[in-house]
Amino acid sequence: MPKVKIPTPLRQYTDGNPEIEVGGSTAGEALGNLASEHPDLKQHLYTGDGKLRSFVNVYKGEEDIRYLEGQDTEVADGDEISIIPSIAGGRCR
Amino acid sequence: MQTRQPIVESPNGAMELSNEEIARYSRHLIMPEVALDGQKQLKAAKVLTVGTGGLGSPLALYLAAAGIGTIGIVDFDVVDESNLQRQIIHGTSDVGRPKVESAYDKLKDINPNVEVRVHEEALTSENALEIFEDYDVIVDGTDNFPTRYLVNDACVLLGKPNVYGSIFRFEGQASVFYAEEGPCYRCLYPEPPPPGLVPSCAEGGVLGILPGAIGTIQATETVKLILGIGEPLVGRLLLYDALSMRFREMKLRKDPDCPVCGENPTVTELIDYQEFCGIPQANAAEQENGVPEITVGELKTRLDNGEDINVLDVREPHEYEVANIGVKLMPLGELPQRLAELDQDEYFVVHCKTGSRSARAVKLLQDAGYENVYNVKGGITAWSEEIDPSVPKY
Repeated sequence: MPKVKIPTPLRQYTDGNPEIEVGGSTAGEALGNLASEHPDLKQHLYTGDGKLRSFVNVYKGEEDIRYLEGQDTEVADGDEISIIPSIAGGRCR
Repeated sequence: MQTRQPIVESPNGAMELSNEEIARYSRHLIMPEVALDGQKQLKAAKVLTVGTGGLGSPLALYLAAAGIGTIGIVDFDVVDESNLQRQIIHGTSDVGRPKVESAYDKLKDINPNVEVRVHEEALTSENALEIFEDYDVIVDGTDNFPTRYLVNDACVLLGKPNVYGSIFRFEGQASVFYAEEGPCYRCLYPEPPPPGLVPSCAEGGVLGILPGAIGTIQATETVKLILGIGEPLVGRLLLYDALSMRFREMKLRKDPDCPVCGENPTVTELIDYQEFCGIPQANAAEQENGVPEITVGELKTRLDNGEDINVLDVREPHEYEVANIGVKLMPLGELPQRLAELDQDEYFVVHCKTGSRSARAVKLLQDAGYENVYNVKGGITAWSEEIDPSVPKY
């Protein structure tokens, strides 16, 4: 199964797990499965109408899936999917 | 030794180093990658560090020590106790001073040869281009999304490299956004997250040493760009996880549709970045969906009058351990499962650290049918400041 690397800001929604194995043969399926297994994660990854949020970057290995096949990018056993969030630092606003 | 076009050309004979400078920079001068010419390039260089906080501290200290001729510092904040755990350019005796003043003194002490230019103001769409214009490299050590997009766009419009770093808890990111040669910040993050969705360091915390690691990476990249040596982080995002002590690298690509550095840019001047990041909209929504509030003063008076009020603390247990006012702890995350412990007919007042988590708790309780629920404005921080200073402020 592919592995999804969870960045620190989202680990509070995965019981603190930094890496989760999920089923799925495409990046989109894997993320969808991740979100159904960890429902609190959903609103951080997807918009209300089910699209991946534009500030959530998803990588397969070291490549942005936007430049592969997007959510249809094939993933295989042992592939590493990374969620790269935007982080700003200090202030609340 | 140069592998690329340096950002700053060597001034050669037009600039000399004094004997004091030669002694000071000896360890650079004996390296062929820097040598006398390179040290003169550093001396001729003008670098702007935006922010003198966690990232700006190590960054500016090392740039000054390395002999960057002109360092600009932009900040409008004053030094606070809670800065000292990571903002090493400021000391305990600087608490209460403007950060730019404290940074100025420290940089001049490390290297009096450096010209330190102070910009004691907030960076805005009105002043950014004028401030940036005079510098060769801009280093982003800011702490909020609007300023990050502002720094990016101003750098793209002026054709200057933006040395980026960002931190959260144990995790950091670094890159060089240089639209002349590669992608910009917007190619990676076309849109900012809505306010409140991504926790800040003020809410989520940050390991004090983390900005040291990322800030020194930014300083390294700055010096490499000036000298034109090595491979800069252009087109690469470096990810650092201090807990697993691993570095990873992601490929970044220039987005041909990027609104600022793409083929048909739609952003051709600086915009309103507060608006772009949804901040006025979020404030307005907050006002509109505002929950009933109580000030710490009112709460104190009513408790002193012996009124039957249940005060709830919705922070985390590790925060409770740092400071509490002796009331029932029920972390926000556990609230939905623990409603049975709270009698709907009773009167509740909810507090957290500063009032935002407790506002969510009040909303949650209202939605669950509780009618008498109030949010403590300013949270335990306000309680510490206005009612009982023996409660530590964290």
